[in-house]
Amino acid sequence: MAISYTDFSFSKSINKSVPIWVMVRKEISDHIRSWQFIILSLIIAFTFFESLYVAINNLSSAVSNTKDPDHLLVYLKLLTTTDGTLPPFHVFISFLGPLLGISLGFNAINSEQQNGTLIRVMAQPVYRDNLLLSKFISVTILISTMFLSLTLFMIGGGLLITGVPIEIEEVIRILSYIIICVFYVEFWFSLSIIFSIKFKQAATAAIASIGLWLFFTIFYNIIINIVSKVITPKSSLFSPGRYSWIETLFHMSPNQLYTDATTTLLMPKVRSLGPMSMEELAGAIPNSLPIRDSLLIVWPQVSGLISATIVCFALAYYFFMRKEIKC
Amino acid sequence: MKTSIIELKGLTKRYGSIHVVNHLNLNIHKGEIFGLLGPNGAGKTTTILMMLGLIEPTSGIAKVCGHNSISNPIAVKSKVGYMPDNVGFYDHMTGLENLIYIGELNGLSSKESEKEALKLMQVVGLDKYLNSKTATYSRGMKQRLGLADVLIKQPEVIIMDEPTLGIDPSGVKDFLKLIKTLSRKHGLTVLLSSHHLNQVQKICDRVGIFVKGKLLAQGNIEQLSEQLFSQTSHQISITLDEPVKLTQEEELKLLQLAKVEHIHKEGNQILISCNKILTPNIVRFMVEQNYNITSVHQKTYGLEDIYQKYFENQHLNV
Repeated sequence: MAISYTDFSFSKSINKSVPIWVMVRKEISDHIRSWQFIILSLIIAFTFFESLYVAINNLSSAVSNTKDPDHLLVYLKLLTTTDGTLPPFHVFISFLGPLLGISLGFNAINSEQQNGTLIRVMAQPVYRDNLLLSKFISVTILISTMFLSLTLFMIGGGLLITGVPIEIEEVIRILSYIIICVFYVEFWFSLSIIFSIKFKQAATAAIASIGLWLFFTIFYNIIINIVSKVITPKSSLFSPGRYSWIETLFHMSPNQLYTDATTTLLMPKVRSLGPMSMEELAGAIPNSLPIRDSLLIVWPQVSGLISATIVCFALAYYFFMRKEIKC
Repeated sequence: MKTSIIELKGLTKRYGSIHVVNHLNLNIHKGEIFGLLGPNGAGKTTTILMMLGLIEPTSGIAKVCGHNSISNPIAVKSKVGYMPDNVGFYDHMTGLENLIYIGELNGLSSKESEKEALKLMQVVGLDKYLNSKTATYSRGMKQRLGLADVLIKQPEVIIMDEPTLGIDPSGVKDFLKLIKTLSRKHGLTVLLSSHHLNQVQKICDRVGIFVKGKLLAQGNIEQLSEQLFSQTSHQISITLDEPVKLTQEEELKLLQLAKVEHIHKEGNQILISCNKILTPNIVRFMVEQNYNITSVHQKTYGLEDIYQKYFENQHLNV
């Protein structure tokens, strides 16, 4: 006679909070040792110091330029000043960020599946989503560490060179800037994770993500230009730029969201991102905005970027949970 | 009284209209080595993954160690060690690191895990390659590391999908011996899936023949051949020192001997088919009739024949 195994009880319990941090630790060590991360973080560090060098060289003229309302915010100037030969750091990041995100994510799932490690990890007592979550958390930790250390380095260097104490407003602006950078990279990371779940080959996923990135940086604007020219009547009275929905469409691409948000945060004199009417401009005093107002201006951009990131991650989550583990 | 550690009841998996696994009922007892035997694409891997809760069955229940694999996969996975058919490791990590990682995923602290991993590397004979990257491991070494990987969670059940795939014959022998010793020593239940009959035959207590999502027969080798060849008869061939000259009368007597079905004469040989093992009776009869017997051969059916028979039938159906 056979009896069911249910008749026996087990006392062995599993500590459920442990595995995810083990996985995060492993993911981070993987990334740090991987060539794609080393190369891209070197490139980013290089451009950072390059633009910092240019900024320091031109700092005295920028600070003494009294026509500029925020000429006294030295640390913001350090991040944004250029002499025209090189774009400032935040513009560099608007196209290096996607590359970083894509390079971290394009082979996240499919390479594990190809190597047969996915099924091995899935056969351990861990929840399936822990794998995806651990990848996301580890990338967040990595990127924020990278951006934070770079900017802290900049602040420290600036303090040594200029001797000007940093203002609380600058700290808040720079911190929000870092948060936006992290979300921007993470948006591209989650997008490439979706592709890495959907495509079996890492190369296909990489090409797909880079293709999408190229579409948003180059073709998106061109296509909207063409479409708006076709739709709007040809008359000097109705120039395409005056249609607010076209403007809105322009600002929908993730790169534009990022650029708008960072520009407003790092340059307090920017008071509007859309076109302004003469009435709005008439009484304006050329003065820099307080941090609260700057944040209010970029709020749509920031929330747009964050929600795009969350939507992408949720999609990745959905696809991954439904994926057949068997190869 | 036997304890069932794996219970499958009416387990079914359908992709569209194709039944990959079709109403599978299977009980595997504690401490036995069970071989799941079947050709490629029979649904062995799907069945195994359903036991682990990695694939959701269309209908039916899979219970492992008393836990339902669909509603409580974590509990099942903490007691079951699974070795996939092409076991993969993180190539940039050493064998030891790979093992420690899996240990930690199973709730061991990093120190315990390292201690355990070092011990297991010795058990599977990889202690010389502790610190080489797994990318440099040979297929056989990876298989051994896979076994260590399964053992580090101190499982109650080990499930191996094609464990002998791609290892050389002597490696297979060692590997299976290792599995058998470990199973006996720690009272582990082992489920092997394979299409290599002779290997499975050597170490399995019971086998199940699995074709096109259906379990056609199960039991140990003798039971299987009984189930399978009950309608077909046993064959006995007797060789004499002179050409066979059986008289009509003698032949009749032979046929009357219990259940002899057919007699075939060919030169010095007599081939006798019967549906029971009657060799002693026949030999006695022949000796009484003053025939000089030089050899008697009773044909027994091995797993090879069983396998062949099932798969031939299967092909005929196609």
